[in-house]
Amino acid sequence: MSDRPGASEGVNQPRCHAADTPMLSAQDVARHFDVSKPLIQRIVSREGKRTLRAVDGLSFDIAKGTTLSLVGESGCGKSTVARLVVGLYGTTRGRVMFDGQDLSLARADSKQRSRMQMIFQDPYASLNPRWRVVDIVAEPIRAFGLMSDRQAILTRVGELLSQVGLSPLDGQKYPHEFSGGQRQRISIARALSSNPEFLVCDEPTSALDVSVQAQILNLMKELQTRLGLTYLFISHNLAVVRQVSDRIGVMYLGKLVELSPAETLFSAPSHPYTRALMEAIPDLEMTGRQRIPVGGEVPSPISPPPGCTFHPRCPLANARCKAEVPVMKPAGGAMVACHAVEEGRATL
Amino acid sequence: MKAFFDSDIWWSFTRSPVTVISAIVAFICIAGAVLAPVLAPHNPFDLASLQLMDAFKPPVWQAEGDRAYPLGTDDQGRDMLSAIMYGARVSLLVGFAAVVFSTLVGVTVGLLAGYLGGKVDALLMRIADIQLTFPSILVALLIDGVVRAALPRETHSEVALFVVIFAIGISNWPQFARTVRGSTLVERNKEYVQAARVIGLSPLRIMRSHVLPNVMSPVLVIATLNLGFAILAEATLSFLGVGVPPTQPSLGTLIRIGNDFLFSGEWWITIFPGIALIVMVLSVNLLGDWLRDALNPRLR
Amino acid sequence: MSLLQVKNLRVEFPTRRGTLVALDDVSFDIAPGEVLGVVGESGAGKSMTGAAIIGLLEPPGRIASGQILLEGRRIDNLPYEQMRQIRGRQIGAIFQDPLTTLNPLYTIGRQLVETMTTHLPIGPGEAREKAIGWLELVGIPAARERIDSYPHEFSGGMRQRVVIALALCAEPKLIVADEPTTALDVSIQAQVIAMLKTLAREKGTAMMLVTHDMGVIAETADRVAVMYAGRIGEIGPVREVVRHARHPYSQGLMGSIPPLDRRVERLQQIDGAMPRLTAIPQGCAYNPRCPEVFERCRVERPELLDAGTTRAACWLYAEGAGHV
Repeated sequence: MSDRPGASEGVNQPRCHAADTPMLSAQDVARHFDVSKPLIQRIVSREGKRTLRAVDGLSFDIAKGTTLSLVGESGCGKSTVARLVVGLYGTTRGRVMFDGQDLSLARADSKQRSRMQMIFQDPYASLNPRWRVVDIVAEPIRAFGLMSDRQAILTRVGELLSQVGLSPLDGQKYPHEFSGGQRQRISIARALSSNPEFLVCDEPTSALDVSVQAQILNLMKELQTRLGLTYLFISHNLAVVRQVSDRIGVMYLGKLVELSPAETLFSAPSHPYTRALMEAIPDLEMTGRQRIPVGGEVPSPISPPPGCTFHPRCPLANARCKAEVPVMKPAGGAMVACHAVEEGRATL
Repeated sequence: MKAFFDSDIWWSFTRSPVTVISAIVAFICIAGAVLAPVLAPHNPFDLASLQLMDAFKPPVWQAEGDRAYPLGTDDQGRDMLSAIMYGARVSLLVGFAAVVFSTLVGVTVGLLAGYLGGKVDALLMRIADIQLTFPSILVALLIDGVVRAALPRETHSEVALFVVIFAIGISNWPQFARTVRGSTLVERNKEYVQAARVIGLSPLRIMRSHVLPNVMSPVLVIATLNLGFAILAEATLSFLGVGVPPTQPSLGTLIRIGNDFLFSGEWWITIFPGIALIVMVLSVNLLGDWLRDALNPRLR
Repeated sequence: MSLLQVKNLRVEFPTRRGTLVALDDVSFDIAPGEVLGVVGESGAGKSMTGAAIIGLLEPPGRIASGQILLEGRRIDNLPYEQMRQIRGRQIGAIFQDPLTTLNPLYTIGRQLVETMTTHLPIGPGEAREKAIGWLELVGIPAARERIDSYPHEFSGGMRQRVVIALALCAEPKLIVADEPTTALDVSIQAQVIAMLKTLAREKGTAMMLVTHDMGVIAETADRVAVMYAGRIGEIGPVREVVRHARHPYSQGLMGSIPPLDRRVERLQQIDGAMPRLTAIPQGCAYNPRCPEVFERCRVERPELLDAGTTRAACWLYAEGAGHV
């Protein structure tokens, strides 16, 4: 299935390289940010420290060759997860395992680092405006020392550009000469140049027009099949996520509330927040269903509500929900963190 | 080359008559200064060629003027035009060198402070803040005074030039540092820098190859405007007698020398170097203004 | 009679490289109380259309030809002062970013009161009571207390509600809303759209809703205009355009929207990209990308032709072309 020119075989593999080791495993991962006011101001107004719990105890696995999507609204922490998983942030708690090896160890090893790459949301800020496209795409090749011959590198960049639907001649141009969709293709070419196996995609199509989004999503699916890639796909758009995912995790205020196979999530969503999200999406098909938008707004992640953080907005909240934080438990093919589901109160 | 003449920058340049004139004037000044040994009619510092008899000759358009000395001569018979050209040479040399020095120090500090953040940033910026509380001329005077006190008298002449360059340069770097730090803070959070971090490049390499090219355009503008200031600073220091050594007089030195004769009627000895200084600094400043507006993405 | 009539509107931007045509012969009407959606991708000209109607085109952009009529009177050629009166009283505006729409230095109460006293014959006391009423109407809890708060003290969704209140409080006949919910989360978006729709119906306010989000249009609009490269490609009742689009571009656009109700192996895509305004092809602007292109498309630019239940600017629907 794999078709990656230039990949070297069996060099310096980490300990457990069995086919069923998950590509990525997040184990009770948390990331807190200290957003306290400067010391002097705090002393004057007698305030304590303030912590932003961007990610607060996330656990999931991604099997090789599959796509796990994380969906949620702004402030849920999904972008922070993306950065934790590639090592741009360290974890405050918990750990991330990359192919069975601790991420910090993997990041220290250049060979391991070359196996993970990232695609970003903003096509205008993800390419250095002063560099030519060929240098942008070739940067991982040079950084990891995968090739040294200049001509070989140029040829390889040409291949990559063709693979993403651009012309090899585009290498000589600068990013500003391209449209948003084309820049995103360049970003993908750059990500592929180190022959990665794992790609973190942080809202890769959110900034694109809908017809361009379709092109990029089709491209990404095709590349996954051809190159055997594993994706962590971050998005706020459930419709997009449905088209690309094998499994989906729904996030709310730094925690996973539901984690299930894609089709199960859409056919039988369990968590009240998941259901509310589905209800909130504008109805293109205009089946005339009566929509009950979920009330209230997402609370601040600095001072989240006690117990289940969704309880102020949840139609099924009871006394236990206000006091006790729910944990992920299996429920009908999915993992759900909800007291109402556990207690059998949440019927479809 | 063609791309340059096609570009927006060239177009906005040609649209502004003030800028074109300033550019021409600046070019003439710089060319005259750089090529002084070739272009100047006399060499005013070659003691052998001086004719004391020709001292105090007024400019050519006055009654006793001499065609050989178009702007007159000073008290030692030195041709003013040549003296101005050689003087401008020294002024420009010191000005350029000081600006290059400020730029190097300022950009480096700004990059490090902006990219590394935290304590490094706090420390470097406090140093910059402290330095900014002192007027630059005062700083330059201070350094000059300290060096003179520290070194034996014979070496003064040799090191004076370097001391002046260092003094002016060191008093101006915070301006660069602050601007570069601001731009670096913006660029650091952009996704292309994060992409470089995902690959695992070292911070130094990211600063140098990714961030630096993107923070340079305001630097160019500040450097141009600073050139004018550096030249004036040097002139001030030389006027006060603590600048360049007397063997390599700059425009400031000439102004000082000529000052003594201002009220005895030989006005040209101080006025012409003064005018030359004003013209040079003004044209460089106007060029800098245009450059700032041309490079400002919002105004384009 | 139509509330708003746009006739053959042409908006140009003189640049040193020549004149850029941002809107090219755009015509449509809005009836009183109707919601017209204007969709298109980036660069299609939808925001430009809204700006031209409100009279807020950024110089050097200007209306080169055509007319905009509000209740039969021309408003495109009015001097600044008169246009300023019309803005706010007759035409309200809602923009994408509530943070820049609201003045951060004044309380929302003051901004509401000021708007009302400027445009309506009422005094400050009455205006304040009305303002509280409006805040309650748009769903701001504890309106009487919060009327004296500043914009930054509200969350994004609440701010946008305040902006809507601000746009509606002078009781305009038409609201131009440019991406009013794009910056909001999906769940908040749903609340705000529902509220906007209800209020518009109740007050009989017409709305021109500019957005790239077809879902919002499907929920809110009565009719929709699809724009491409500064021109209208198709216009018609929203149900028809969404489900039975006639123009190949509209079809491609609707097709490329990822469906929520099923997974498809490959999304329908339109190859290529919208042309830059400096390089619009001759004839029909869509012809290089159109799967049904023929000779006439490359030469002659189509007008909006009757295509059954909608009107489409496409030669497939010319008389005798045999297409329905």
